[in-house]
Amino acid sequence: MCKHNHDHRDCSYLLSSLSAYIDGDLEETLCEEIERHVADCEDCRVVIDTLEKTIYLYHATAAQEQPAVPKDVKERLYKRLDLSDFLQNP
Amino acid sequence: MNTGEQQPDFDLVALQAGDRAEFARFVDAYSGQVYRLGLKMLQNPQDAEDILQETFIKAYKALPNFEGRSSLSTWLYRIATNEALMFLRKKRPEQVSVDESIENEDGDDRPRQIIDWCCLPEHELMSTESRANLDHSVQQLPYSLKAVFVLRDIEGLSTRQTADILDISEAAVKTRLSRARFRLRELLSAYYSERMPSTA
Repeated sequence: MCKHNHDHRDCSYLLSSLSAYIDGDLEETLCEEIERHVADCEDCRVVIDTLEKTIYLYHATAAQEQPAVPKDVKERLYKRLDLSDFLQNP
Repeated sequence: MNTGEQQPDFDLVALQAGDRAEFARFVDAYSGQVYRLGLKMLQNPQDAEDILQETFIKAYKALPNFEGRSSLSTWLYRIATNEALMFLRKKRPEQVSVDESIENEDGDDRPRQIIDWCCLPEHELMSTESRANLDHSVQQLPYSLKAVFVLRDIEGLSTRQTADILDISEAAVKTRLSRARFRLRELLSAYYSERMPSTA
């Protein structure tokens, strides 16, 4: 994928580590290798940035959507479980 | 159920003895997460409701045999995830063969979309339409990648918990998560690149 003057194999090799790199789950020497590579490879920088943004968007929307069960769904669940007498009215 | 949140304490003895009040507390604490898991896995409120009900019915029956080898929440997630995966396999059996080859196939996940859409404003990235596209994109993942992605990046569970729930190794969780993320990046890149301001 790289158009620059370094070895293309570097890109493929490093791509497999990017997910762990974004999670902060990679050893320091490999992180440094990725950062050195990205400084010289615009395509890989775009891939890292957009991969990071992809993960961020899912995390952010999940954080905003508080898990909640609609009232009617909850009522049917409690009824099915024979727990209707424990259903609290807000 | 989320690892980052305080987990409520339950009287396990009462739960295992079939105490209805304690079970109602258990249902109240976890029904939101189970419902959301169903929605994210199946993208259909009626199907998510079926998963919600079946999960707690199975949990109630299985509680006397709960051995405490994992936390109650991880155990419940396992039941819910298995229910969702069984449902998907029943509903769309044609995808099973694709799914089963995930672990072995080399796969060509090399990035194709090299467009920097990160500069799009937040309101564009998170618009109602964009959020629907985020959900739609998850639906395009094979089941095994989808399950890992939903548990790790939407429910916020750890690699260890996800491995326990799916009964796979931590290395397999990491591999599948990486592949899911790269596939979603491709889909989101195609979507957002069409919303980039024209430079012409």
